[in-house]
Amino acid sequence: MLSYLLKRLAQLVVVAFIISVLVFLLVHLLPGDPTVSILGGNVTAANRQILLHELGLNTPLYHQYWIWLIHALHGNLGQSYLTHETVGHVIATGFPIDVELIIISQVVAFAVAIPVALITSRRPNRPLDNIATTGTFGLLALPPFLIAPILVAIFAVGLHWFPATGYVPFSQNPASNLHDMILPGLALTAGSIAVYYRLLRSDLIMTLQEDFITMARSKGLSNRRIMMRQAFRPSTFSLLAVAGVNIGALLAGTFIVEYLFAMDGLGYSIVQAVQQRDYLLVQGIALVVAIAYVVLQFIIDFLFTVVDPRVTRE
Amino acid sequence: MAAERNIRSAGVGGGLTNAFPGQAAADEVLAAAQVELVGGDDILAKRPLGALFWFALVWVALVAILAIIANWLPLPNPNHQNYAAINASPGIHHILGTDDLGRDLLSRIIFGARVSLVVGFASVAIGIVIGGTLGLISGFKGGRLDIALNAGSFVILAFPAIVAVIAIVAFWGQTLAKITIIIGVGTIPIMFRVVRASSLAFVNRDFVIAARTLGATSTRIVFREILPNVIPAAVSFGLITVAGVIVLEGSLAFLGLSVALPTPSWGNLISEGTANGNLSINPYILMWPALAMFLLLLSINLIGDRLRQRFDIREGLL
Repeated sequence: MLSYLLKRLAQLVVVAFIISVLVFLLVHLLPGDPTVSILGGNVTAANRQILLHELGLNTPLYHQYWIWLIHALHGNLGQSYLTHETVGHVIATGFPIDVELIIISQVVAFAVAIPVALITSRRPNRPLDNIATTGTFGLLALPPFLIAPILVAIFAVGLHWFPATGYVPFSQNPASNLHDMILPGLALTAGSIAVYYRLLRSDLIMTLQEDFITMARSKGLSNRRIMMRQAFRPSTFSLLAVAGVNIGALLAGTFIVEYLFAMDGLGYSIVQAVQQRDYLLVQGIALVVAIAYVVLQFIIDFLFTVVDPRVTRE
Repeated sequence: MAAERNIRSAGVGGGLTNAFPGQAAADEVLAAAQVELVGGDDILAKRPLGALFWFALVWVALVAILAIIANWLPLPNPNHQNYAAINASPGIHHILGTDDLGRDLLSRIIFGARVSLVVGFASVAIGIVIGGTLGLISGFKGGRLDIALNAGSFVILAFPAIVAVIAIVAFWGQTLAKITIIIGVGTIPIMFRVVRASSLAFVNRDFVIAARTLGATSTRIVFREILPNVIPAAVSFGLITVAGVIVLEGSLAFLGLSVALPTPSWGNLISEGTANGNLSINPYILMWPALAMFLLLLSINLIGDRLRQRFDIREGLL
């Protein structure tokens, strides 16, 4: 099992490296450079050349990447061209926000999707199942930028239960930080609930037609026990894989929520940095996102071996 | 049922031993989609399309027709700012009211639908034509070409797409055609994987082998035997991608990267509805386009899902 996991880890690291190179190439090869944002109205050809030289942007690309990589391996990701904040600092303040948002949204998604799927899959196409399945279409049609303003209008502007924007940093007051994170977290959760529920439901329906379930029934096991102990585990394979993809997509995909709720997480930071051609910031954040993606996939792979030890064979 | 199980186990087993990490996951999505598409369908099979399906179809058709004939409708210019009627409530002169610049909301929504529909359907059409062709060839030929294309599609899908889209839109320009092409290129690897996965399921089926034994050319096998069987998966998955692309246009609008203002698009309208305190001053600015988009996404997803069920019945009859 260990060798299987190590092999997977090596593969994932290669992919993370390729992605970091591609992000580098993308932002550098597209026309436009940070001098326009930095110099503002003072852009002249001469000024630009001096600045490009100072920033080391007039050397060949492979050289720039090499310099950046060496520094990155020493823990130095450089600083933003515009704010002069160190990239490490931006990441240290931003990344926990993304992680917190993702955790809240995923905990809610699993807490809703799993019990509902366990209940409805026992009697497919009965009213309860139809209501839940139709409901997921509604959830799928509520992307964050639709549901976030609605949540704000109801719970912040209307009921004053939550703040409309902003948040208290976790280090200052964990309780009120968590409170402020609820609306943005919920805004991200709708799609996940729908995807997880639909997947688990259809897998459960298939598992419930297997012989070992008939066997368990004939032994007189209670429905509850059959669902929890026999049917659930073999039905979680696709769920795990899709959760991995979904959470991976959220890693840089929280930007709309961060924008709407005025939070400086990495999702919105990288979007801004791309627009301003703040190369070092883009590269640094992309690297962190890529590494987080690798770690996430590795955890999922590990969970696969727990759910179904057969995957390590071959 | 047994065949469907095989799809899934092929996806899982094949994926995990493949050279590309995370491909397991990507394959799994497809396998899962296929399972879901047939999941419990022996139970669902006899189910009629249902009233919801027809409501969905009517809504999509209505939006499409209004968007097409918008120029001939008795609507005010969507960009005309009527300062005498700022933030007007819904009424006789402005059926859905006006926004904070006095622009007619109904008119802006109908003209804005053009952007959402064109970006949504045209970009996925690009993805289906190019990605689908590559997927057919890749699935049919196999070998090195297949490995290379598959690896390429995986790397592109693992790339944070939004970063690429933002960077390219920002430098290339914010016209409808350009945004459609950029997003369309982005859907190529998705449609490639869908079509490849489902053509793989047919390459070794008896009717294909029979055609080959009868001396059919590769071209004929691909276009006459495999293609017709792949179309259902491509169309139903394509519809779901259309919904995803419409959402992407909305996200770009919040970053000011959808079609350039003041051209209305549903994304731009929703974005305007949340800006400048409009949420508390005049919630209609947000509410109408949000409702329109919600219903459109709901309808497209529903149609895609019901079509999947329908297509599978036919497949079962073959």
